[in-house]
Amino acid sequence: MTGYRLSHGGGRIDRGQSIDFSFNGKRYAGLAGDTLASALLANGVQLVGRSFKLHRPRGIVGAGCEETNALVQLEHGISSIPNVQATMIALEEGLVARSINAWPSLTWDIAGVNDRLRGLFSAGFYYKTFMWPDWHWFEWLIRRAAGLGKVPVVPDPQRYEARHVECDLLVIGGGRRGLAAAAQAARDGKSVLLVDLDQGLPSLEGVRTFEKTAALGIWDHGFVLAASEGRVIHRIRAEQIILATGKQERGIAFANNDLPGIMLAGAIGRYVADYAVAPGRSGIFFVNNDLGWRSAIEAAQCGVGVRAIVDARPQVLPELAHRARAHGIDLFFSSLVRSAHGRGRVTGVTIEKPDGLSRLACDFVGVSGGWNPASQLWTMAGGQTKFNERSQSFQPDGLVANVEWAGPEPIEAEPIWTVHGGDEKTMFVDFQTDVTVADIKLAARENYRSVEHLKRYTVLGMGVDQGKLSSVPGAMILAETIGAEPGTLSASKVRPPFVPTAFGLIGADLRGERFRPRRYLPAHEWHVREGAVFEDFGWERPAAYPVGGEDIQAAAEREAAAVRSGVGLFDGSPLGKILVAGPEAAAFLDRVYVGTPSTLKPGRIRYGLVLNENGTILDDGVYARLQDGSFLLSPSSAFADRMVRLLEDLLQCEWPMDVVVQDVTEQYAVWTVAGPNARNVLEALQPSFVLSSERFPHLSVREGQLDGSEVRIQRVSFSGELSYEIQVPAGQAVQMGDALMAAGKPYGLVPYGIEALEILRIEKGYIHVGTDTDSETQPGDIGFGGAIAKKQSDFLGRRALTRRSSLSPNRKQLVGLTSLCGGILPVGGHVRAPSGQSGGFVTSSQFSPVLGRGVALGLVEQGQRRLGEIVEIVSLGKRWQARISETVAYDREGGRLDT
Amino acid sequence: MSRYSAFALLRNWLGGNTDWDPVWRSPEPASSYDVIIIGAGGHGLATAYHLAKHYRPGRIAVIDKGWLGGGNTGRNTTIVRSDYFYKESADFYDHSLRLYASLSQELNFNIMYSARGILNLAHSRHEVDFQRRIVNAMQLNGIDAELLGREEVLKFCPVLNGDPNARFPIYGAMRQKRGGTVRHDAVAWGYARAADALGVDILQNTEVTGFRRDISGGVQGVETSKGFIGATKVGIATAGHSSVVAQMAGFRLPVASYGLQAFVSEPVKPVLHTVIGSAVIGSYCSQSDKGGIVCGGGIDPYPSFAQRGSAATMEKVLAGIVQLVPTFSSLRLLRQWAGIVDYTADSSPIIDRSPVPGIYLNVGWGGGGFKAIPAGGEAFAHLIAKDEPHPLTTAFGLQRFRDGALIDEAAAAGIEH
Ligand SMILES: Cc1cc2nc3c(=O)[nH]c(=O)nc-3n(C[C@H](O)[C@H](O)[C@H](O)COP(=O)(O)OP(=O)(O)OC[C@H]3O[C@@H](n4cnc5c(N)ncnc54)[C@H](O)[C@@H]3O)c2cc1C
Repeated sequence: MTGYRLSHGGGRIDRGQSIDFSFNGKRYAGLAGDTLASALLANGVQLVGRSFKLHRPRGIVGAGCEETNALVQLEHGISSIPNVQATMIALEEGLVARSINAWPSLTWDIAGVNDRLRGLFSAGFYYKTFMWPDWHWFEWLIRRAAGLGKVPVVPDPQRYEARHVECDLLVIGGGRRGLAAAAQAARDGKSVLLVDLDQGLPSLEGVRTFEKTAALGIWDHGFVLAASEGRVIHRIRAEQIILATGKQERGIAFANNDLPGIMLAGAIGRYVADYAVAPGRSGIFFVNNDLGWRSAIEAAQCGVGVRAIVDARPQVLPELAHRARAHGIDLFFSSLVRSAHGRGRVTGVTIEKPDGLSRLACDFVGVSGGWNPASQLWTMAGGQTKFNERSQSFQPDGLVANVEWAGPEPIEAEPIWTVHGGDEKTMFVDFQTDVTVADIKLAARENYRSVEHLKRYTVLGMGVDQGKLSSVPGAMILAETIGAEPGTLSASKVRPPFVPTAFGLIGADLRGERFRPRRYLPAHEWHVREGAVFEDFGWERPAAYPVGGEDIQAAAEREAAAVRSGVGLFDGSPLGKILVAGPEAAAFLDRVYVGTPSTLKPGRIRYGLVLNENGTILDDGVYARLQDGSFLLSPSSAFADRMVRLLEDLLQCEWPMDVVVQDVTEQYAVWTVAGPNARNVLEALQPSFVLSSERFPHLSVREGQLDGSEVRIQRVSFSGELSYEIQVPAGQAVQMGDALMAAGKPYGLVPYGIEALEILRIEKGYIHVGTDTDSETQPGDIGFGGAIAKKQSDFLGRRALTRRSSLSPNRKQLVGLTSLCGGILPVGGHVRAPSGQSGGFVTSSQFSPVLGRGVALGLVEQGQRRLGEIVEIVSLGKRWQARISETVAYDREGGRLDT
Repeated sequence: MSRYSAFALLRNWLGGNTDWDPVWRSPEPASSYDVIIIGAGGHGLATAYHLAKHYRPGRIAVIDKGWLGGGNTGRNTTIVRSDYFYKESADFYDHSLRLYASLSQELNFNIMYSARGILNLAHSRHEVDFQRRIVNAMQLNGIDAELLGREEVLKFCPVLNGDPNARFPIYGAMRQKRGGTVRHDAVAWGYARAADALGVDILQNTEVTGFRRDISGGVQGVETSKGFIGATKVGIATAGHSSVVAQMAGFRLPVASYGLQAFVSEPVKPVLHTVIGSAVIGSYCSQSDKGGIVCGGGIDPYPSFAQRGSAATMEKVLAGIVQLVPTFSSLRLLRQWAGIVDYTADSSPIIDRSPVPGIYLNVGWGGGGFKAIPAGGEAFAHLIAKDEPHPLTTAFGLQRFRDGALIDEAAAAGIEH
């Protein structure tokens, strides 16, 4: 217990407001304005965590997002967040935090024994062993030892939010340079946004400021993601970005440099100035640059006991030396801290002076090994860096579109990365992941000499801090080891996000139902009223309308039977509705469909197939010619969206024709009335057109009024019965549904769902593309070879139909399959070929109430030539006997279409 | 090459870890080689290893513009499996998976094959029907696939979203128990070390910039950033840049390149013990041995050679992970990255002779070629050495695009339709 609160000073704290919190089960008091880290230090807590691999005791080293040791599990009741940096947590009343990766307790951590075996646990040791008898014998152990905090067991209670922001200029970093750039741009009349990790920024006229906000990364075209307080994600689109992200201090690797109490000099400066926290009573500063001196002198000025400054350089500005001496600080030039001493915390150091070694007692150490520009965002944006000799750092260089670097002048520093002479296995470069100078040298010896190899082999820079402290020193030590020119090896590539960011926050507006909003039918409420059971088929659709305790299967059979014997009502609203119009509409569609839309007469409808370039069937559906130059396409529900994209793609990228495409799928609801009594039902609603088959034959379209509403009716059938598809504006869906139900009452009209439709269509051998076809199925495989032979002109996929495999006799073809025992064949069961391999599979299967047996469709090798043959079907270890049959199982002549 | 073992570790512990040999040499390029492989990814390195071990065609070099294993082999989500629909794929990928099972011993390098199983979730009755089709196909192909019901799925992987009212409730899943993960860097390094020990020169930081061909059109060697290097045979295994390299050689390939992203969370204690994924949700993940949750999803929506990836895809993939495992919402993303993957029209690879005599192709792996590395290397070595396809890869030639004999696994897996 060495840290304490100074009696005065502290720009950020409010001494009048005490805040209680708990750490590792013990209660402490901090002050308003504290971070968890500053409060812990003020309470004299030095040991805050254990390292990843060796479980060495660790204390706080930094004061910001570079912190690498002080990771805690932040608990909120039963929920918690793992691995949060204590330096980034604003202290709140009742806050509860625990150390991670230590068992049974932080002070008595059993895995601390790993440290004794550290020579064994050298870099990448796991690549060299655990191979015999098998990795699985060891993996569980390694997994248990690895990992830091714990994933909470309850859903994330946090409410995240996403906001979109646009600006002319985004300034990242609210230091002196950032503020100046923002103010200037605002004066120039630009819309300016300033973001900074910190709070308490001065407000500037005309500048929007987001505090406690981390820019996570820069993507193309000035797109930036930024996270505020871990709760709001901003999606920022900026014309121009200025990076004023400042600089970051780095350490120096000497023996035992990871002992609690050894911190970055600049961090000590911040704790003293901002939080009036002294890390101890007697400190030593080990530096190679002037800023390190300033930290030491400022600490002393505030009353912190600074015993000595050890500088690697032979001299310093007289002014600094003078001020330091005035505070009674001993000065050692051309000197190094060779090692630190202490058990569980630093109690002294050995310094190496020109005249030899000597030992100094202390209870904290401030280290400043120079400064790197905080160039992470710059490199993420694609920026290059260049080695700067004077500051021993990689400075942003060159140009990046939309991005300007406005970093500070490089700080001159002596090149000193390691202090030789100590035990290299305790000279830590990456604290969190326990990477030491010995590890880097081992990697070099083994020829893992690219910085990316080094990173992966030793896990340098792979910790939660993403190498903010370790990447550059690691690369420099590698260069030194292999005798490369300093600066020829730059640090490994930096990746977004700049600070760890919750998955939930990144996908803030895609949570729960919003991930993919459900699509509801315009008459959804109507179906609810009718007792529908819904399932997600891309749309929430009625699977069936069970009554009196029926299950879906029973309901579907009843509904299907009702359609065959009387009349049924089906909501087909998701069916695609795409208007294609223009002088070249017919010519365009001739190229899209396998058939020839240009020969269709206005008012008539035809069934067609659409193929891709490989001749594979993409979709089937009808198209109607409304007028000479306008068509209404009805792609299947599942394909509607993609059909629009396909047509637009063809028009915009392949064939610039005089055609417009308009998707009106959601503008209209569709009610299908099907069954022998369908005409009677419509008749009862005063249609403004004649319904007789002579005047309104199968496969034709009429526009007019029904029950006083404007409607478009297509006579098409997916059930094999007389059937009318009534399109009404979506807003009138419920009204029309009610009218049809009322009109149908005398005829026993029942609503039917998707499952009944499945029964009806399978009985008729009507395919569902994607279910009864797969990525190989071509028109000839489903019996449409003839249509193609007749067509003169070219169309999408035509060429592919003449390729060798398209002409092969072994293709899988659509057939009916009839179980010999009359039962239902398993969908997804395979036809076993004589070789024992798959000879095709069952694609659709249902029980047919009218036929009193199972009906099924399947894709079977050479199926159309094998009608009548008996095959074995296997599924999940069971077998069935089935006969290959015609696809149409019911009403083969199609007489029912025109009753 | 010093052997790796627990004993060697102990000996080195006592000896201060000074007794480890370089894993590979850093040789200067020779003026010519008998075989040059372009691309020191898993496929290129495994090919060189098999060539040197089994065919001994003379001097072999593997050339890479960057550091070895720095392409997709060092960027993927490390999933291995052989749950493919078509027989051709099943035979090939299963051979690969079996090679992975003994690869640590073969290479004397722990590649950490973890057969923790892989679950593909189904979210509707119709998807279960579809999975039955796929599982039955696999079983007929001799692959250990199973169809699990909802309860079995939740028992096997309790962190999954078990809410029956979830946006995508779980109805069941397809599982391959032998599927799992393999440490990606170890595969590249293990093959590199073994190939180097057999005398293969691995030339890093050497970019191929062109080809030299003789009057008859045959290949004579490659132009590189370090000068011309002669070769009798050249194998191209450059993944995302296959079309770029093919263009240098004067032919076009039926591939398009896209960015594919991956994501890893901060390390946490073991919480996810299998690989999970959902085609409908569009995301998948597993937990690395280090503790990070490694996540992936679909390719970026536009062709690109920029190794960065779009932010919109990242949002979707991670939101999808939260759909799969709601408690991962508070888990934090540590790193995002991308690789460039070359896709063919049927998402199956091309292992074949190229139109240029002496140039061979091992490309078109798209987002799924990591699992294929051991078998890909074996087959490609066979092709280069014998100038005829390995029996397991006869279906994966260029001719299939002319014949239309595609092996459309993506569509068969229900992603396309
Ligand atoms: C994000 C992501 C996730 C993935 N997840 C999986 C997965 O879970 N499972 C799976 O099986 N597969 C996965 N893959 C795919 C898998 O990574 C690749 O298919 C596989 O690694 C390809 O290996 P390769 O050796 O062919 O290519 P690479 O490893 O990419 O190697 C190609 C090499 O060629 C070099 N090169 C290119 N051009 C030149 C030139 N002109 N001169 C010299 N050298 C050149 C490159 O530098 C590179 O090193 C994923 C891919 C990505 C990007």
